[in-house]
Amino acid sequence: MDVRVLPAGDAAWLIELPERIDVEVNERAIRIARAVEGSSLPITDLVVGYRSVMVFVDPLSADAEEIEKRLRELSAAPAESGGPDGAIVEVPVCYDGPYGPDLGDVAAFAKCSAPEVIALHLGRQYRVFVVGFVPGFAYMASVDPRIAAPRRSSPRLKVPPGSVAVAAGQTGIYPAETPGGWSLIGRCPVRPYDPDRKKPFLFHPGDRVSFRRISESDYRGMTEWGDA
Amino acid sequence: MTATLTVVKPGMLTTVQDLGRRGYQGLGVPVSGPMDPYSHRLANQILGNDRMAAALEITLMGPELAAQGDVTCAVTGAEIDVMVDSTPAPRNRPFAVPSGSHIKCGARHKGARLTLAVQGGLDVPATLGSRATHLVSRMGPFGGRSLRTGDILPVGHQGDGAPVASGKPLPLPDGGARVRIVAAVHRDRFTDDAWGLIVRARYTISPQSNRMGYRLDGPTLEHRGAADILSEGMPIGAIQVPSSGQPILLLAECATTGGYATIANVITADLPVAGQLAPGDWIAFDPCTHAEARAALREREAGLTEAGPGADRGRTRV
Repeated sequence: MDVRVLPAGDAAWLIELPERIDVEVNERAIRIARAVEGSSLPITDLVVGYRSVMVFVDPLSADAEEIEKRLRELSAAPAESGGPDGAIVEVPVCYDGPYGPDLGDVAAFAKCSAPEVIALHLGRQYRVFVVGFVPGFAYMASVDPRIAAPRRSSPRLKVPPGSVAVAAGQTGIYPAETPGGWSLIGRCPVRPYDPDRKKPFLFHPGDRVSFRRISESDYRGMTEWGDA
Repeated sequence: MTATLTVVKPGMLTTVQDLGRRGYQGLGVPVSGPMDPYSHRLANQILGNDRMAAALEITLMGPELAAQGDVTCAVTGAEIDVMVDSTPAPRNRPFAVPSGSHIKCGARHKGARLTLAVQGGLDVPATLGSRATHLVSRMGPFGGRSLRTGDILPVGHQGDGAPVASGKPLPLPDGGARVRIVAAVHRDRFTDDAWGLIVRARYTISPQSNRMGYRLDGPTLEHRGAADILSEGMPIGAIQVPSSGQPILLLAECATTGGYATIANVITADLPVAGQLAPGDWIAFDPCTHAEARAALREREAGLTEAGPGADRGRTRV
């Protein structure tokens, strides 16, 4: 697998793998990230992308050539272990009532009924490829191609937090009220990011996620968003 | 008794910032922090504060604050008139704010963002190890929002931290600035014409600019292929170009990941200067090498230890 190490400005390096959404490529990226994290390099942050690792360093702390050389070594020799063991996460979702405003649009795209869209969304386990955008947002793939509707032509200015959405073969849960262009098909009562929880972040790259359907009354009983 | 500053008028956009939230970008948590980290550090240094102490970032039109308890403050960064009641406060050196007096801001002359630091720092709760405000994800003190009338800012214990040799103020842009860039990881995704344009043209900071980034009005930059990339980590200072060809300079509040190709990165040494630009100002880019970028950063850092305007004057009583 081709791996390149490129300077991304003067305070970061990008470790770049082959350009595709692919479990093997992403797992390799996660393994490289762990190797870099475990090294003695003066790292301030690491961001795993679909096929990359952005490595942030304090630009004053160490010799740039030395860092780049070390990153090449760490990327070339990935850990031997049989791949990262991501956690299994089960997430409750309500698809009913007001919580799936775009189910009809996705059904129209898929040329099927809303209950079939729900069944297809529930029918798979997804993998977290990237966590980014806002705290706790997980880019999960791959959604059944039949419901892989593109991004909406006009993004919403405010997406309700907890919205479960699909776009371009990916699915995710909005952890905060933000603008967003994905189609909203359900609502999750659990916060993907909760600073007051013992483990504030629900999702990490490499995790495997499945959705469990709940009713409207279950949602109101469980919601952490204050919208019961 | 803990001294406090109460917000009488919030100003246009006043936020609590420290040097930023590091270590959580991999979980989607942006760094945030001041747009001009150099002036932020200078203000803390002048007061003998810890380098991670929180201070106010004041944008274009400043707030009015009332002191309860005697405090000592310093202002750095943009040239915005600051008064303690009716007496002008000095820039880049400590000044006393007696209990009951008001800090007021007046006209802006140069730069866009003023750092107002207080000795002891702003003692607001930290989130994930930092007191920086991130407006978009509502993270940080006061629910991650900008200050409002009535907010009360507790001042930390004014330890015996000795003020450090005052340091050299940041050279402020006056209507525009040249900043240095290095070629970005996706440089090859752009035509040579696009690179030629970005190093020759002058861009204007669009009114649709904020702490996340500046949209740059000017010549459009052409990609060789698609503008979209598979989402990957984005450093502050990256210049990303969506399919419209209109570049966006990512700044303090940028998201941790991005999906557009980047043509260049503004070097770390010049980010504070970029952070002092306002909508309507121009910006131009000078290419340099990574080695030159690092040399420029060491030079910028040296400015913090150079004798500055307040070095031999000590504290001014107002």
